Amino acid sequence: MTTVPDSLDRRFRAAAASSGLLDVAYDLFDSPFGMLLLAASPRGLCRISYDPEPERETEGLAKRFGLRVLRAPLDDPRRQLDEYFEGRRHSFDLELDLVGVGPFPRRVLDELALVPYGEVTTYGRLAAQVERPRAARAVGTVMNRNPLPIVLPCHRVVGSTGKLVGYGGGLERKERLLRLEGALL
Amino acid sequence: MMDAVTVPPFERFYETWSGEILAFLRRRLGAADAEDAFQETFLRALRGYDGLEHGRELRAWAYTIAARVAADVHRRRRPAAEAVEGTADDSRPAYAEIEHLADGLPPTERAAVVLRYGYDLSYEDIGAALGSNADAARQATSSGIRRMRRKELQ
Repeated sequence: MTTVPDSLDRRFRAAAASSGLLDVAYDLFDSPFGMLLLAASPRGLCRISYDPEPERETEGLAKRFGLRVLRAPLDDPRRQLDEYFEGRRHSFDLELDLVGVGPFPRRVLDELALVPYGEVTTYGRLAAQVERPRAARAVGTVMNRNPLPIVLPCHRVVGSTGKLVGYGGGLERKERLLRLEGALL
Repeated sequence: MMDAVTVPPFERFYETWSGEILAFLRRRLGAADAEDAFQETFLRALRGYDGLEHGRELRAWAYTIAARVAADVHRRRRPAAEAVEGTADDSRPAYAEIEHLADGLPPTERAAVVLRYGYDLSYEDIGAALGSNADAARQATSSGIRRMRRKELQ
């Protein structure tokens, strides 16, 4: 069985990414917070997931964005995340693609994007900000399904008592992210 | 007819067939030209990928594209003088003609006929492309040809 040499494989993936033919490019990134999958459509970053199972992720991306899904380098988002993990970056400068996110989650995520580095808010406060003061639980669901954790900082949302409550990537990661940002001592 | 074989994400198509297609291109073109042809093959596949209606015969599809790319390389290699000798009709690549004639054959037979007479592949390679073997490839080719003859007589 012939294996494709690394150099040729890389060359093809780079050519495919710059050809404009991909619906989604994704990259696996061994970060200090564990393995991350990053994915971008031509419109922007569309997915970050912790501990990815690539097979399942590519199926999901193909359903949402189109069949032409290929692993290819995503240098810019990767570099920005690196800088964030090293504490040198406090906000991201990336185009985001939130296609397929419904209107309510979209409003919540837009509001979430405004929560500054190193600060926390609560589910209830976010609910009030989108004029649905009794929808704290629904806001929790939106956080749980956040397609772009870290970049859309759902780790900065805690319970009304200050308890961390939950996190898609696991509570331990939430705590570490908040500690990295200096929001927790 | 309902078709349960869905087209997989391109990544899976590429991961599954890239090694085999590279080996095939090395046999056809030699190691030096195989690399450019490999990239061209999968870029063409990417271009056609969202037009696929089902996920059957993806392997044969990949071989057909690779064979077409290899044929283009062979044509470019041919000295210009030789090309001038041919009439305008001869300059039409064999694969274009045979692909047209083989339209309407069942997919396996069509792929076998096109790969054999359009691209001059060995039955071993056609067997690989069809996921079977040389004998099955020979059989598919000849029943495809018979079917084409019958169609012609009608």
